[in-house]
Amino acid sequence: MSAPKAQLEKLPRSMQFMLLLGALALAAFPFIPLTGGDFYLQMLSQMMILAIFAMSLDLLQGVTGMVSLGHAAYFGLAGYALAFLTPADMPISLWWALPVSALGAGLAALVIGFFVVRTHGIYFIMVTMAFAQMVFFLFFDNKALGGSDGVYVNFKPDATLFGWAGIDLENKTTFYYLTLLLLVGVYAFLRRLLFSPFGRVLAGIRVNEHRMRAVGYGTFGYKLAAFTLAGTLAGVAGFLWAAQTGYVNPELMGFHMSAHAIMMIILGGMGNFAGAIVGAFAFEYVMHFFKDLPYVGDFHLGKHWQLWMGLFIVAVVLVAPRGLLGLGERLLARKGDVK
Amino acid sequence: MTTRRLVLTRSAAVIGAASTGLLLPQIVRAQSDKVRVGFMLPYTGTFAQLGVAIENGFRMALNEQGGKLGGREVEFFKVDDESNPAKGIENATRLVQRDRVDVLVGTVHSGVQMGIHKVARDTGVLNLIPNAGVHIATRAQCAPNVFRTSFTNSQPTLALGKAMVERGHKKAVWITWNYAAGDEAFEGFEKSYTEAGGTIVKKLGLPFPNVEFQALLTEIAALRPDAVACFFAGGGAAKFLRDYAAAGLNRNIQLYGSGFLTEGVLEAAGPAADGVLTTMHYSDSLDTPRNKQFRLEYAKAFKMQPDVYAVQGYDTGLLLVKGANAVRGDMANKQALYAAMRGATIDSPRGKWTMSPAHNPIQDMYLRQVTNKENKVIGIAQKAVADPATGCRMA
Amino acid sequence: MDVANFLIQLLNSLQYGLLLFMLAAGLTLIFGIMGVVNLAHGSFYMLGAYMAWFLTAQLDSLVLAIVLGTVLAVALGWVLEWALFRHFYHRDHLDQVLLTFGLIYIFEEVRSILWGDDVHAVQVPEMVNWSIPLTENLSYPVYRLVISAVCIALALGLYGLISKTRLGMKIRAGAFNREMTESLGINIRLIHGVVFALGVALAAIAGMIASPIASVYPGMGSSVLIMCFVVVVIGGIGSVRGAFVAALLVGLVDTFGKVLLPQIAGMAVYMLMAVVLLYRPEGLFKQ
Repeated sequence: MSAPKAQLEKLPRSMQFMLLLGALALAAFPFIPLTGGDFYLQMLSQMMILAIFAMSLDLLQGVTGMVSLGHAAYFGLAGYALAFLTPADMPISLWWALPVSALGAGLAALVIGFFVVRTHGIYFIMVTMAFAQMVFFLFFDNKALGGSDGVYVNFKPDATLFGWAGIDLENKTTFYYLTLLLLVGVYAFLRRLLFSPFGRVLAGIRVNEHRMRAVGYGTFGYKLAAFTLAGTLAGVAGFLWAAQTGYVNPELMGFHMSAHAIMMIILGGMGNFAGAIVGAFAFEYVMHFFKDLPYVGDFHLGKHWQLWMGLFIVAVVLVAPRGLLGLGERLLARKGDVK
Repeated sequence: MTTRRLVLTRSAAVIGAASTGLLLPQIVRAQSDKVRVGFMLPYTGTFAQLGVAIENGFRMALNEQGGKLGGREVEFFKVDDESNPAKGIENATRLVQRDRVDVLVGTVHSGVQMGIHKVARDTGVLNLIPNAGVHIATRAQCAPNVFRTSFTNSQPTLALGKAMVERGHKKAVWITWNYAAGDEAFEGFEKSYTEAGGTIVKKLGLPFPNVEFQALLTEIAALRPDAVACFFAGGGAAKFLRDYAAAGLNRNIQLYGSGFLTEGVLEAAGPAADGVLTTMHYSDSLDTPRNKQFRLEYAKAFKMQPDVYAVQGYDTGLLLVKGANAVRGDMANKQALYAAMRGATIDSPRGKWTMSPAHNPIQDMYLRQVTNKENKVIGIAQKAVADPATGCRMA
Repeated sequence: MDVANFLIQLLNSLQYGLLLFMLAAGLTLIFGIMGVVNLAHGSFYMLGAYMAWFLTAQLDSLVLAIVLGTVLAVALGWVLEWALFRHFYHRDHLDQVLLTFGLIYIFEEVRSILWGDDVHAVQVPEMVNWSIPLTENLSYPVYRLVISAVCIALALGLYGLISKTRLGMKIRAGAFNREMTESLGINIRLIHGVVFALGVALAAIAGMIASPIASVYPGMGSSVLIMCFVVVVIGGIGSVRGAFVAALLVGLVDTFGKVLLPQIAGMAVYMLMAVVLLYRPEGLFKQ
């Protein structure tokens, strides 16, 4: 077990204010007149979905200290659930498809967690990766589950409630607001959880599990609960992804997806959920930035975006181990200095 | 202000400034008079060479028209599809919604194609498929705005069965990877082989992208078939050819395959590939004036030899040119544009081919034998092979 | 399945397992002794294969290429440890995961820039380029036997090094208690450099000697990395003996799985790992 880092949990006032501004900006975005506006709406929706996914991982990794290289399995499973639940000729109701998919993902997390949570440290990391690979191959190798080409979600979920069809998810702006609502909702829920007794136990487990056990807590149960809850929330994100894109494939459950999520929360700063959101947006943005790089003479910088991405990741690890929020906190702390 | 603070704030400002050109939407985008062509191809990763070849071929076709489509200038947009199906929709949407392309040329990998196909059906953008052989795009989910200029995964193997039985190989083992392309290739093989009177002794498969063939090669030896038919491509194909020969199987059990077994890997496979028979819609060594002319000009323009992917890219360009010329550059006249492409006969280096009602090529399949690192065409395995287009409402 | 077939499949499992062992040994050493998670291990395998291809073309001899390649790999490992990894021993596993993940990207792109994205082949040296007939239509390539022999030799060499030499003793001491070892006057930094270089070299050598039968292509590192991790987890982190046993087990399961249960062959190895971890959460031979 390695030394725990002091983490940013209570956000400074100015940071809270910035987050609020960000939320308002997101809420106002659809009203800005832009060409290619639909594309940016979809892009932001996708970033928000990934932010939810990142937050779910933050609960597991940032708060409880369990580094999972296989978290995307639950993300993908919920997406597939939607794809299989949706019949060929009509949409399915959002109101029960979303809970069922998310809980399905949670159930998978519970089952896999039972095997995986008993391991520690490096073992845990690798075992989560291997289980995710197993789920990946289960879907990739079997035509009945869609096989390597994936499955289409024939219709977007229907949000009719008791005959009132006010919300049409086919409308990109409506979907955007649904996603924003869920993002804020999940964030509020997780912040509450962080400072609740349950959340405090999880944080304690991260800091020193032996001590928690010595004090009398059944850490296995708490860790399994965290694992399951994180899986369920990842399922919420996965459901939204499938609903938005209308297509699921095994790569959604793959190693790369999980690794990207880890990078997002590290980039943003772990343990406070705000970092997960910031990290998700920043990571996606940086990736697009590198991909869009122009030519320098004959050498296309954008083609080798993976190289810049790799260097960027290494730089983040070396320079900003507590992520962007950690950096921000340091900057803000300095402001008060008289030098 | 400390130096560190200065550096950090200044860098943030620079990045902010630099990125206003990127990603942030342009509030005003001048409506240009150029036709917008978007490439969504693999520019990185295992299929990078294919992406390059396809784009080269396409541009060559356009350059033969002075670089214009129906008399209008062309503007190109490119997106790297990373061979990642999870990003398929996002990348395709970028070209369609942000860059507002008139034509989307893509892609190579079938999983990514699934994503592009969804976007094509949802937005109605014209999608030209220069390689991906996934069946559904010209079968159950065929669409008037989607055209394929390459093949379906089962087309090459549809021509294989008869050729094998004609050579007296009536008992065969089939082997491939257990994934969509392998399953679809098997579909064509099963149909053509059993119809010609052959018996499939066993169907072997290994997980993709596993390349440890030894276990299954041992199985094949134990089964003692007349021949082995397979579908492999890329690095795995090279390894399979070499392992097959190293196990001595090539002495008694003839190896057949869908053409991709021997495409682009003969240098790597070496003498191990000699004598392998494959069926495909093209061969580098096709001895026709049209092909020879194409190969000469391609080599001159790009300083490398063309392959089947370059030909497919070229044909994609030819098809679009036909359509654009018919509507005199008015790409918005979709009815006439699609009708022109639907009725086109393409004078391709692979031979003349026509478009099926489901928008897939109807083309001859050549029987090729590997001799001295070349796929020598020894005959036509089957003429005018068409994909069954099961479930397509346009067929 | 008859006896002859079974025996041949056993031979196949053994050969695959031995090659896996060579890869996993490096990984488990680095984990066990320095506590560093190295996701870039597969990249060293890939770099080894590409070096073999490139150097064989220049030097016209695979053997010379392997010798030179080994020297280069050791140098690379040494430099990487000194420049980068050294600063990460006390860092979170998470940081190590991230760092090495970034390295994967970097190595892949550098390889793409230097050597392109084509599929390449390395010729089997003429002397061993023949096959032993086993049945009327199946032969076994001698080169695969050579690979197995090299792996066994390396395994014995590694065992000898770790258990029977002074250096091995220092390595084991350093893994057991770093501070105490340092206070006894042993240069632990040097030891770590040596171990890391050794781990990288093992992976690169595996890539080099396997290249004639494996083909050299982009992405060959990632496919092998996950299998490596599975072997290390089953065997127990830090245990070379464990890696040996686990690699052979994985070879067996992979080979017979493909033949007997093709539908779940992709998952078979992971199921093996799940079962092992159920009874032994720290692997078969925990340190």
